[in-house]
Amino acid sequence: MRKTRRFSIDQQRGMLGVLFLSPWMLGFLFLFAIPLFDSLRYSFSELVITPTGFTQEYLGFANYRTALLENPYFNRNLADAVLQMVVDVPLIIFFSLFTATLLNQKFKGRGFARAIFFLPVILASGIIDNLANTDAMSQMITSATEGGAALGMLQSFELERMMIEAGVNRVIVDYLTGSVDRIYEIISASGVQILIFLAGLQSISPSLYEASKMEGATGYEAFWKITFPMVSPLILTNIIYSVIDSFSNNQVATLIHQTAFNQFNFGLSAAMAWVYFILIALILFVVAKLISKKVFYYD
Amino acid sequence: MLSLERWKHISWVFFRSVLIIGISYVIIYPILVKLSTALKHRSDIYKPTVIWVPENWSLENFQIVIEIMNYWTTLANSVMLSGGTMLLQTASCALAGYAFAKLKFKGINILFALVIFTILVPPQTIMVPSYLNYKNFDVFGIAGFLTGSQGLKLIDTFWPFFISSITAMGLKNGLYIYIFTQFFRGLPKELEEAALVDGASVFKTFIRIMLPNAIPAIITVMLFSFVWQWNDTFFTTLYLSNSNVMATELANLPGNAEAYIGEAGKIDWFYRSMLTNTGVLLAILPLIIMYLFVQRHFVESVERSGLVG
Repeated sequence: MRKTRRFSIDQQRGMLGVLFLSPWMLGFLFLFAIPLFDSLRYSFSELVITPTGFTQEYLGFANYRTALLENPYFNRNLADAVLQMVVDVPLIIFFSLFTATLLNQKFKGRGFARAIFFLPVILASGIIDNLANTDAMSQMITSATEGGAALGMLQSFELERMMIEAGVNRVIVDYLTGSVDRIYEIISASGVQILIFLAGLQSISPSLYEASKMEGATGYEAFWKITFPMVSPLILTNIIYSVIDSFSNNQVATLIHQTAFNQFNFGLSAAMAWVYFILIALILFVVAKLISKKVFYYD
Repeated sequence: MLSLERWKHISWVFFRSVLIIGISYVIIYPILVKLSTALKHRSDIYKPTVIWVPENWSLENFQIVIEIMNYWTTLANSVMLSGGTMLLQTASCALAGYAFAKLKFKGINILFALVIFTILVPPQTIMVPSYLNYKNFDVFGIAGFLTGSQGLKLIDTFWPFFISSITAMGLKNGLYIYIFTQFFRGLPKELEEAALVDGASVFKTFIRIMLPNAIPAIITVMLFSFVWQWNDTFFTTLYLSNSNVMATELANLPGNAEAYIGEAGKIDWFYRSMLTNTGVLLAILPLIIMYLFVQRHFVESVERSGLVG
């Protein structure tokens, strides 16, 4: 008697689960799966918009050939985007882990500092950045406060010279000084990642730190032996998030958009989008494979 | 020995304070620049002594930009769009997240893998079919059957956003489902069982017990969905080329400001930039005001928001 009733509750839960998921399932089918399939079909054909809809003509791989071999911008933009991603993601991960550790410590005005550090989550957006980059007024104020843009360059330059004289590899020096120059971009891209790391840091049990302190571990050791392994699954999550985020707003995305809606070459645009998607999927796959081996899972 | 420890501590506190203040400055700096620019009068632009503090305080820039951007209509439209999508997305994603966490049925893990898949596919990939979809919107050909037309034209209305929100397929909705799933997974089973023993149905348990406990996750998702919809240019330029919302108005602002300044061929670039800065400030002002109110809950909720797997 009791057993059948229990079974029926489980069944009821399953049915309710289907009910709760039904909006998502409808959306997935009609607004995701079918468009995805359509986009694959379009990428193999030429699409012409007519007053009553559109017509398709099968072209084979012609669109892919055009995108990869003939279009002067696509290859270059794609390579740029990947390079930019390779440069940015490690910096974002490093910065956000560091900041999260900082914000996790107890100090006066912590709430205020956190509020400011999460501000980029609110403000970081394509359009504001685009307007800000080409902005005459803010450049004027910047150069006036820093005593001329030349001086700003000089500081970086001095640092660069110092490090090269100290025998640091040229590539590393360029990388570091370049990242200092783009500090605002790095910070504004790290909001969500800081959040994720912070939540992870707070889930580490304090007893681990107490035990290590009893054994005489320094703060530095505690970070590398406790904090780092415990947040390592989140490093994977954050790397994946950063990769997706870095690809969501770049020149390739703009190019795909323009090809469709300024040149009305929908087939070519779909082909570009598929090349783009496959590349991202490959990168994510490789990254996940490489890192998941090193990740430590507590339970 | 003790004093060495003390010194170490003091120098660390000093180092940390410098870092935090420095980074905070970098984050706030652009807002300060915009504020200072917006409050200046046009005549201050070429005065070499005026950098941060305006000599002639003026709200003229605001008046002009409010007029150019059609600000109040735009604001109302944007609030309606972002608020509507926020409510619909939070509801649909909370339902889906709860199902994934607590209402398991056969094959649900495959569906969850598909949620992750939707996060990975860039929106550009399904951009063209989605656009054509909403251009002649017709599920199962119902509209065509009834009226003989080619379906409804939903471009330049808010419907594409609302339809995708109600089906949890809007902007970054995979991430929201993930957040909700992780959060509901973290809630103890006993909570649910106690309610069941007391005779509440599964649905009632969800509404009365689980949702009030999920407020941190709800606040996080609501803030994200409102803000990201507000700032989004990809979907708004795709579906709403002619409507007044903040993102499109901001994208058109430089051009419109030039038209306002007039005098073709000799446009004052600094003046134009002054107007664009004021426009950006006006566009993000509602977000900042909202953030000031929600910020405390948001920052606290981070600790329990279930972002961690």
